[in-house]
Amino acid sequence: MCLALPAKIISIDATTDRAIVAVGDVKKEISLALVEGAKVHDFVLIHVGYALNKISQQEAERTLEIFAEAGLSGEKPA
Amino acid sequence: MKYIDEFRQRELAQKLAASIQQEADHDRQYNLMEFCGGHTHAIFRYGVQDLMPANLTFVHGPGCPVCVLPIGRIDNAIQLLEQHNVILCTYGDMLRVPASGRKSLLKAKATGADVRMVYSTQDALKIAHNNPDRQVVFFAIGFETTTPPTAVAIKQAEKQGLKNFSVFCNHVLTPAAIQSILDSPEVRDIGSVSIDGFFGPSHVSTIIGSRPYEFFAKSFQRPVVIAGFEPLDVMQSALMLIRQLNQGRHEVENEYTRVVTREGNLKAQSLVAEVFEVRRVFEWRGLGMVPNSALQIKPRFADFDAELRFQLPAIQASDIKGCECPSILRGIKKPTDCKLFGTICTPENPMGSCMVSSEGSCAAYWSYGRFRQPENKTDREGVAV
Amino acid sequence: MTTRKRFPLPLNIQDGVVDMAHGSGGRAMAQLIDQLFIKHLDNRLLRQGNDQACFSVAAGRMVMSTDGHVISPLFFPGGDIGSLAIHGTVNDVAMSGAQPLYLAAGFILEEGFPLVDLERVVISMAAAAKAAEVAVVTGDTKVVERGKGDGIFITTTGVGRVPDGVNISGDLAQPGDAILLSGTLGDHGVAVMSSRENLEFETQIESDSAALHTLVADMVAAVPSIHCLRDPTRGGLATTLNELALQSQVGMRLEERAIPVQPAVSAACELLGLDPLYIANEGKLIAICPAEKAAQLLAVMRAHPLGQQAAIIGNVVEDPNSFVQMETAFGGSRIVDWLAGEQLPRIC
Repeated sequence: MCLALPAKIISIDATTDRAIVAVGDVKKEISLALVEGAKVHDFVLIHVGYALNKISQQEAERTLEIFAEAGLSGEKPA
Repeated sequence: MKYIDEFRQRELAQKLAASIQQEADHDRQYNLMEFCGGHTHAIFRYGVQDLMPANLTFVHGPGCPVCVLPIGRIDNAIQLLEQHNVILCTYGDMLRVPASGRKSLLKAKATGADVRMVYSTQDALKIAHNNPDRQVVFFAIGFETTTPPTAVAIKQAEKQGLKNFSVFCNHVLTPAAIQSILDSPEVRDIGSVSIDGFFGPSHVSTIIGSRPYEFFAKSFQRPVVIAGFEPLDVMQSALMLIRQLNQGRHEVENEYTRVVTREGNLKAQSLVAEVFEVRRVFEWRGLGMVPNSALQIKPRFADFDAELRFQLPAIQASDIKGCECPSILRGIKKPTDCKLFGTICTPENPMGSCMVSSEGSCAAYWSYGRFRQPENKTDREGVAV
Repeated sequence: MTTRKRFPLPLNIQDGVVDMAHGSGGRAMAQLIDQLFIKHLDNRLLRQGNDQACFSVAAGRMVMSTDGHVISPLFFPGGDIGSLAIHGTVNDVAMSGAQPLYLAAGFILEEGFPLVDLERVVISMAAAAKAAEVAVVTGDTKVVERGKGDGIFITTTGVGRVPDGVNISGDLAQPGDAILLSGTLGDHGVAVMSSRENLEFETQIESDSAALHTLVADMVAAVPSIHCLRDPTRGGLATTLNELALQSQVGMRLEERAIPVQPAVSAACELLGLDPLYIANEGKLIAICPAEKAAQLLAVMRAHPLGQQAAIIGNVVEDPNSFVQMETAFGGSRIVDWLAGEQLPRIC
């Protein structure tokens, strides 16, 4: 649904609870009001000027592995 | 772009396509509904259906909050501009949506109304600060993904003692909409169009978690896979749905594990619960009156409720005659089944909710997919949509 | 050139603003023209001080084109309304295969517009014209009341001459022709958007605004049988290809992987929910030529500074519906439709 994008946190301003994030090389300022414990270099999902959630690197890698395995070991229909 | 490009890789697409071909049971049909306009958009923009077997059909659902906002609410927004002379802050999506009398926010702007496109509720607050002598109203729309940012803004406005800021709240709830679709007689009857499984919304789920869908999976006996936004996510989720259907399961599975958990974002959920409460009933364009499907601002924050501040009347506006949106939203009909599609109803001149936003199934089909139309006048290789 | 001392005081560029007197035809207007426009746009014809410019042309086919420029903001990374005005009209003339010769420029100025900004625009125009080896030989100035103009509007008109044997037009594309693009998409639109206050994103992208006539000259010299040339400005590549498809009554098939887009432009488009295919370019062109000439044309383009990232992006086909269809990088198919209304950033 709503257009949300993975972005990397470049810097954080703790007093205003805002961060500069980057998508590729394009930078934007967003609010961290909806997430806890975000750190510089974390990746977050951003939507309408807010970070919605942190992105789990581990899960992202696992998901890509699952894609890559497809076609190698396709299960037979039950 | 990290976490974007990797999920659009052509080689992985081909692998997944091969798996899907192999595992799809040739003796049955798979009708899979994507609820979310973002998925509709991804499917069409990348041409995902070309990689699917012929017996898998994508059924395009309600699409997006822009599509389902009733005309009467846009009429209210225009009233705020014309009768109350407010500065109306809105997301870009709403600008071209047609209201009654062929009006729209963009047309109102052209005649001098103070409509300001914003990217974030933070921009709206800034505008309120910079214009202390004017009333500033934020036109809040969106599903559960977009609601927490509005909650944050209202709380900040209260903390800052902003007297000239209010919110016209049109936030809607996803589970109620899914329920409404599943409850329609055409969908429940065996023999007419069936929806075999659902792609669960990506970013709504990042907020509400995967738990709310467990109820549907169980009571309607249909599998749900929470699917990410990228085309590879959609394909992998299709594969997971096919497997569930082949195995006779109807569970909630999560493909989008990199941002969705079972519990969701608790901080965002509690902020929303603090500021909003559920409306008993709300009208959805194309779906009619749906109970417990929308939010209103709690009495504690009544000062920031534009509906109260400006005494906005409920406006009943009717949909265009001949518009098949109610059926298309439920996946019962296709855009090409509607007589208005491509004749008087186009993205330049949208008649109903399915065409108003680029996420709507009619708009997506028109903009990306209409070369697939089996035309009488030309012979082309038609691919089943 | 001698500056005649007709005016008691020099023009106060630093702190001055445009006022109604500058448009009234009197001494104030004459001074503005002399000490700002003529001073920078300086050429023999303009200095004559007539209401028109008189010049000879060699016999042959003439080309004329006109453009209004209303861009906001006026100054953006990589250019401004002035350089854009010169490049835009030079390019429109060049897209017929013609060599641009002379330009006219009309200015509509808003009362209160700072003279220092006006001078900056005119200096930029002069530099662009000089680099393109064209002259602004005649012009006009009007002033409108405060609130009735967005600072400055510029209209430029250009004339040029088409070499014999060159026949380039939007209705000449043939099934089988190759479609070439001279470089990366979306640079100008993204650069302008990044300067707009309410969108607020930071990027190094600069506008690609440039005069393309020398690139065109090289292309036409090497491949005189080019069928179509057009620059994808407003509405982007998608709109321009749809126009050509309709004019020529053909279809087109594109290969998304072949279309060059800078990573930073891709990222900005993702952020705003926009499609690079629909974003304006001001220093790129599309060429449609017979298939057997495509490789040669590509080489010529790549040898020119403005065509270094040129690519063959597709081909022309028979299609009664005039669809522009594209194979996506992902492996599926979609059409590339006309732009419906203005592209607006979206949340969903």
